[in-house]
Amino acid sequence: MQKLRRKVYMTAGYNTISMGTGRKEFHPKKPRPGIEHYISEAGKGVLNQIGGPDNVDESVLGNFMAARFNKQANLPGFIPMIDKKLEFKPAISVEGACGSGGLALMYGLRSVLAETADVVLTLGVEVQNTVKAIYGADILAGAGWYQKRKQGHAYFFPGQFSDRAGAYYEKYGFDRARKGMARWFANAMENARLDPTAQEYQNTNPDPYALALKMKPNGAAFVDHLTVLDCSKVSDGASGIAICSEEGLEKIGVDKKDAVEVLGWAQVIRDITNDPKDPAELEAIPKAAHQAMESAGVTIDQIGTIETHDCFSIAGILAVEGLGLAKKGEGADWVDAGNTARDGYMPMNTTGGLIGWGHPTGATGVHQAVTIWQQLTGKAGKAQINISDDRPYGMTINMGGDDVTVVAVVYKRG
Amino acid sequence: MTYEERLQNVSVLGAAGKMGSGILLLTAVEMADLSLKPENKDKSFVLNAIDIDPAGLSGLMKYMREQVRKVAEKKTVWLRKAYADRDDLVENYDIIDEYIFDVLNIVRPVTSMEAAHKSTLIFEAVSENRALKVKLLSGIDQNNPNKPWYFTNTSSVPINLIESEAKLDGRILGFHFYNPPAVQRLVELITTEKTLEEAIEFAHEYAGKLKKIIVPSNDHAGFIGNGHFMRDALHGMKEAEALAADKNIPLYKAISIINKVTQDYLVRPMGIFQLIDYVGVDVVQFILNVMNPFNADEELQHDLLDTMMEQGVKGGQYSSGAQKDGFLKYKGGKIVAVWDVHKQHYVDVDEFQGECEEMMGSLPTSKVAWKDLLRNKKKDDLLLQFFNDLKASDELGAILAVKYGKRSKEIGEKLVKDLVAQKIDHVNTVMLTGFYHAYGPVNNFFD
Repeated sequence: MQKLRRKVYMTAGYNTISMGTGRKEFHPKKPRPGIEHYISEAGKGVLNQIGGPDNVDESVLGNFMAARFNKQANLPGFIPMIDKKLEFKPAISVEGACGSGGLALMYGLRSVLAETADVVLTLGVEVQNTVKAIYGADILAGAGWYQKRKQGHAYFFPGQFSDRAGAYYEKYGFDRARKGMARWFANAMENARLDPTAQEYQNTNPDPYALALKMKPNGAAFVDHLTVLDCSKVSDGASGIAICSEEGLEKIGVDKKDAVEVLGWAQVIRDITNDPKDPAELEAIPKAAHQAMESAGVTIDQIGTIETHDCFSIAGILAVEGLGLAKKGEGADWVDAGNTARDGYMPMNTTGGLIGWGHPTGATGVHQAVTIWQQLTGKAGKAQINISDDRPYGMTINMGGDDVTVVAVVYKRG
Repeated sequence: MTYEERLQNVSVLGAAGKMGSGILLLTAVEMADLSLKPENKDKSFVLNAIDIDPAGLSGLMKYMREQVRKVAEKKTVWLRKAYADRDDLVENYDIIDEYIFDVLNIVRPVTSMEAAHKSTLIFEAVSENRALKVKLLSGIDQNNPNKPWYFTNTSSVPINLIESEAKLDGRILGFHFYNPPAVQRLVELITTEKTLEEAIEFAHEYAGKLKKIIVPSNDHAGFIGNGHFMRDALHGMKEAEALAADKNIPLYKAISIINKVTQDYLVRPMGIFQLIDYVGVDVVQFILNVMNPFNADEELQHDLLDTMMEQGVKGGQYSSGAQKDGFLKYKGGKIVAVWDVHKQHYVDVDEFQGECEEMMGSLPTSKVAWKDLLRNKKKDDLLLQFFNDLKASDELGAILAVKYGKRSKEIGEKLVKDLVAQKIDHVNTVMLTGFYHAYGPVNNFFD
C-alpha cells in the first residue's frame, strides 16, 4: 500500500453507555430508547467537541442489522436528526457485520484522503436488545453465510467460535487454553470497571478469574466449548469520532495534541463461503494487522496498546498469536501470564473490549478508535494506561463475521 | 402398552382451570417431544383439553401458545436437532414457530366428555368435589373400552374412595401437582392398595420426563401438602383472633401482624394470609370440608373462613394469573390493605402499619430475606443465627414467630405419626419444593 498522501487525524471521540445485561439500569421488560436516541447522543457528543454541525462536511454511519433488530433501513436519513444543520449534506451508511464500525472509519479516512472532505462525522450504532438472545442469534448469523445457517448452532456465532475453541483445546490442551480465556475475561472486567460507559462498569465480582475458570462449557445448555463468560455482550450503544485533515483540525479548533494521527490502515476480506483453513488460527486478522503496520512503517514492538475484536475470548487469544506476540499454541499462556493486562507488556482492550465494555455490533469498530484516541491523548480517565515514549503507537482491529471483514488501523499521538 | 403408546391418546378434565391448564401444557409438550422422535413420525398423538367453559378453552389456547413459546426458547438447541431434516426450517424463529404449532396441533379443546372415551390416560383436575369426580370418572369408564388409567390431581379427597365409588379397581392414582404446575417441581404421588404396579411405574417415568420430584404420600385426606398447609393456616387464623383479643386491637391489624410474622420472621415466600388468598379462601374452605370428617381428633374448620365466604371475599386468581383480593388487597403484587370483617371494607395498610410495627418490635439485625436464601450455601448458618436471635428476643413479633415455628414442626411430626407421610423427610421435601420454603418445618431451629 502506498504512503498516505495527506495527514489524517481522529479526534472528539464519544461513547454512549453500552446498555444491556450487566448495567443496573437495564431491565429487559421495560421500554428503552431506540436506535434514534443512540445515533443522536453519539452524534451530538462529537459535534459538541468540534464546534458544531457547520464544521461537518459529511457523515458516515456504521451499522450491521438495524433492518432486522429495529426494522429500519435507510439509516443516513437519521443523521439530520442529530442536528438540523446536517440536513442536505452528504451521509452514507456502511455494513460489514460486526466490522461495520471499522468500515465507517475506512470510509472517513478515504474521504479525507480523497480531499472531498476535511471533517467527517463518523458514527457506529447497534440496538440489539429489541429481541431475545435466541432470536438475536438468528439476526447475528447474517454475518456468516446463509447457506450454512441450517447446519449451524442455535446460537450460531458462539457455535462458530466454539468450534475454533474446541480445535484449539484439541491441539494445544484444554487446561492451558481455559486459563488464558479466564484471564482474558478477568482483564475485561478489570478494565470495564474503570470506564463509566462500559456495560460491566458496575461489575463487582471479587474474583472474575476464578469465576471464569470454574465455569465449564456445557453443550446441552449452550455451546460445547465456550461458556457465557467467553462471549461478548448483547448491547445497545453508539460511538462517534471526527476524522479530519490538518485543515479540518484547524477549522474545528482542535489542537493536534488532542487528536491521534492515522499512520496507516488495511482492510482485508476472506471468502465468506469458505470455512477457516485451520479453525485454531485466524487468517484475515493477521493479514490486516500486518498490512496496516507495514503501511504505517511501524513494527509490533513499537505499539503500546491494541484494541482487538474479542467477540469471544478465543478470538482474543488467536489474535495475540496472529499478531506474532506469542507463538502458535502459546497465546493462551501469554495472556494468562498477564501480558495483555492493563499493566502488562501489551495492554489490550483497556476499556473492557467487547466482553467488558460491550458489543453494539455496528458501533464496535468506532468504539475501538475512541478508546485508542482516549489512551494516546491522555483522556481515558480512570482507565488511562501508561503509554511510553518508545512505544507511542496504538492499533485497532475490527472483525466482521468469522474472520471475514477486517479493518486494522495504526495511530500515533497527534 | 409402552410409555409412548399410553401417551398417544390422553384427556385432561378441567383443562381450562389453573391446575388443568398447567397439566395440559406439560403433557402436550411431553407428547409433542415424543412425536418428534424419528420412530414416532407416523404415529398420531391426541390430547383432549376438556372443560365445560368454552371461553375458558379459548383463553387456554392463548395461554398455551405463550407458554409453549417460552418452553421452546429454552430448548432451541435440542429443537434444531429434532427438526434437522426439515430444510424449510432454517432460523430459530422458524423452528420455534413450527414447534409451537406441533404442540398446539396435538391439543383438541372440547366441551364434551365423549372425547375421553378413546383415551388411555386421563388426568382429572376438576374442582375439589368428590361426587363430581366420581360421576365424571365412572361416566367415562363405562364408555371407554380401553380400561384407561386415571391420574387425579385432587389435593384432598382420598383416592381409594374415588376408586371404589367409580369402580376403577386399581386404575387410579393421585398425581398431585402444585400450583402452578409448570413451575413447581413437586408432585405428590398417592396410590391405593389396588393401584396397578404398571401405573405407578408409568407415573414415575412421566414425572421424570417432566423433571418433577415425586414424594409419596399415604392415602389420607389432604395428603402431606394440605395436611400441613391447612393446619398451618388454621393456626394463623387462631393466632390472629387470639392476638386481637389479647391486645384489644381490631382483627385486621392482628391479621396484618400474623401475615408479616409468617413472611418476614419465618422467612417464607409469602405470609400465611397471602398464601390463603393465593390458593383461594373458597378452595381452603372446600379442602378443610373434605378433610374434616377424616380427622376425628381435631376440628379442621374456622369461622373466619365462613365469614369471608358469606361476605363474598374469596381471593384466588384471575385467569391472567393476577391475584384477586381476599384477606389482603393487592396492587401490583404488593399488599396495600387488609379486609375488616366487622365493617366489611378494606383498611389501607398505611393507616396502621406504623402502629403494628411498634407492637411487633424490631427484627434482629441478623434478619435474612427469603429470596436471598434459596441459593445461599450458608443458608442453614444464617437461619440458625437469625432464629437464635428471635428466641432470645422478648419482642412480640419474635415471640409469635417462635410459637409459629414450633407449631409448624408439631404439624409436620403429626403427619408422620398419623401415617399420612412415611417419614419426616417427605414432609420437609413437600414444603421445600411445593411451597418454596427455605427450610423444612421439622427442624431444630425453634426448640
